[in-house]
Amino acid sequence: MNSPVVASEILGHFGPYGGRFVPEALIAALDELAAAHLAAQHDPEFQHTLNELHRTYTGRPSIITEAKRFAEHAGGARIFLKREDLNHTGSHKINNVLGQALLTKRMGKKRIIAETGAGQHGVASATAAALMGLECVVYMGEEDTKRQSLNVARMKLLGAEVIPVTTGSKTLKDAINEAMRDWVTNVETTHYLLGTVAGPHPFPSMVRDFHRIIGVESRAQMLEMIGRLPDAVLACVGGGSNAIGIFHPFIDDVDVQLIGLEAGGRGVETGLHAATITGGTPGVLHGTRSYVLQDANGQTIESHSISAGLDYPGVGPEHAYLHDIGRATYRAITDDQAMNAFALMCKTEGIIPAIETAHALAGAIQVGNEMGKEAVLLINLSGRGDKDVQTAADYFGIPL
Amino acid sequence: MATALDQLFVRLRSENRAALIGYMPAGFPTKELCIAAIQAMVDGGVDAIEIGYPYSDPVMDGPVIQAAAEQSLSQGTSAGDVFDILEATVKMGVPAVVMTYWNPIERFGVEKFALEITKRGGSGVITPDLTIEESADWNNFTRAHDVNRIYVVAPSTGDLRLPQVTKQCSGFVYAASLMGVTGTRTSVSGNARSLVERIRTTTDLPVSVGLGVSTKEQAHEVAQYADGVIVGSAFIRQIQEAPTSEEGIANVRALATSLAEGVRR
Repeated sequence: MNSPVVASEILGHFGPYGGRFVPEALIAALDELAAAHLAAQHDPEFQHTLNELHRTYTGRPSIITEAKRFAEHAGGARIFLKREDLNHTGSHKINNVLGQALLTKRMGKKRIIAETGAGQHGVASATAAALMGLECVVYMGEEDTKRQSLNVARMKLLGAEVIPVTTGSKTLKDAINEAMRDWVTNVETTHYLLGTVAGPHPFPSMVRDFHRIIGVESRAQMLEMIGRLPDAVLACVGGGSNAIGIFHPFIDDVDVQLIGLEAGGRGVETGLHAATITGGTPGVLHGTRSYVLQDANGQTIESHSISAGLDYPGVGPEHAYLHDIGRATYRAITDDQAMNAFALMCKTEGIIPAIETAHALAGAIQVGNEMGKEAVLLINLSGRGDKDVQTAADYFGIPL
Repeated sequence: MATALDQLFVRLRSENRAALIGYMPAGFPTKELCIAAIQAMVDGGVDAIEIGYPYSDPVMDGPVIQAAAEQSLSQGTSAGDVFDILEATVKMGVPAVVMTYWNPIERFGVEKFALEITKRGGSGVITPDLTIEESADWNNFTRAHDVNRIYVVAPSTGDLRLPQVTKQCSGFVYAASLMGVTGTRTSVSGNARSLVERIRTTTDLPVSVGLGVSTKEQAHEVAQYADGVIVGSAFIRQIQEAPTSEEGIANVRALATSLAEGVRR
């Protein structure tokens, strides 16, 4: 852990990014959380409990699948998929949720609140709450409750209360606003189980630490499978949790390119997108400094994406930093490019990916064609697409 | 150099009463009516005005201020409008400050924002989501340009941290009476008095209490132990709930008159 990148993370700062921009009322809770996380990281018993949960409940380690037929459309490069879609609840989100739920119990709190966009984090949170006997309230933009009604039902079946948020753009950003208001009011009894690597310190580092297992496993798996590291690691980036999870253990491997794929919506040039690093500017949103989609007066601009999970006008501060120092690169994938890759993955590999993940797959097609046959690409297949069947059917004109 | 706000608290100490501080979001319900509402507050006896910079993601605000901010932003309220309203308020003869989330300041330019406050005759800025850890530039520029830095402290602010925050303040210390978002409450939290007492052990600055104050009785109660009483959502509701803007403005003035009686001990 001596790389210059990691060493720059001081008190929750990544270069000029990160930090804490929150009401004073939350400082005590954030300090308590940071201390609990630090202590847990050095507590063998906590680590053992979490590892056992991952082995016997999440289904870790997740496997790696080589996508040979898909690769024929990606310049013939070898393509390996880290199968986070096979985790319990169907995405990477469970890694962070189990960690934070254990921390919640450690802090003696009995209630968790969470925000969700696509519903994956909400489902994972409701799952962990059921498993550990915690009360769970999930805030979800009203627009998203319609786009992802199946996940709303799943959360309710798991015993969580789902509160539709009707303010602002009625999507993920507004769900976070509402969750933060709840937290300010109920902070003594409640843990805010934030689902991505954004928000005030310690969330960006803590959520990353819980997702590093993705990169740690896949690095070892690649060495075992092909005797070398991949040339590039690709992942989709909304807030950026699955991406930082797979990127982070490769940061010191300077020959491994790290490529984040943002949601380009209808095209960055149209203004209707969620590609925060590609099309945004530095600013503060939801308690952290990072890239933000904002206007000349510092007002947040609404994001647009076919994928509810990437439809967010901010991004994790560590991604902003990795971008600025050139260690990772970020490109935008349009809705159409993502859906094309989605269809291709279904038909060539028999895997229905989440639409979020399809952005990374579209990136793999581009990068594979650029790098050619000799290249080895590792893609984080962050979630499965069951929840997206309705959206995909609409897109492809399949009658339901 | 003492700002108009500093001078106000010196004067009110000699009058042995608390200041009545009223909040209004810039550009709500329109730019012109906002100025009219502030005039009504001043006419009714409000001693100092907080002008809110409406923001797209107001995580510390309850439904009343959220709705007002949304209405203002839908008309395209800009930083320039906020400063125009600040200037108009200062011309009414009362000290005025801007209350804003941090991102609009950062976007405008930190030093430029401090300079513009001075240029328009404003006394200071309340920054409820700027933590002291992130405040170095802001502290330097506001010191250089004679702008009061008003930070908010909460009942959960620990004894170790409290003096670190109040040390950075000038003008007054904003005591959030409760753990929660802005909005009227049926009673002022019992935490407020003990928080004010804790603040006073760390600083000689005036202490103003906000969050949840809406009636003359509440204002009177808070004025017994605080130097300033801050009222926001209750003023906004007068406008939101009135059938016409004329009636809304008249109700703002009536509420101000009533609250102004309350802060006299």
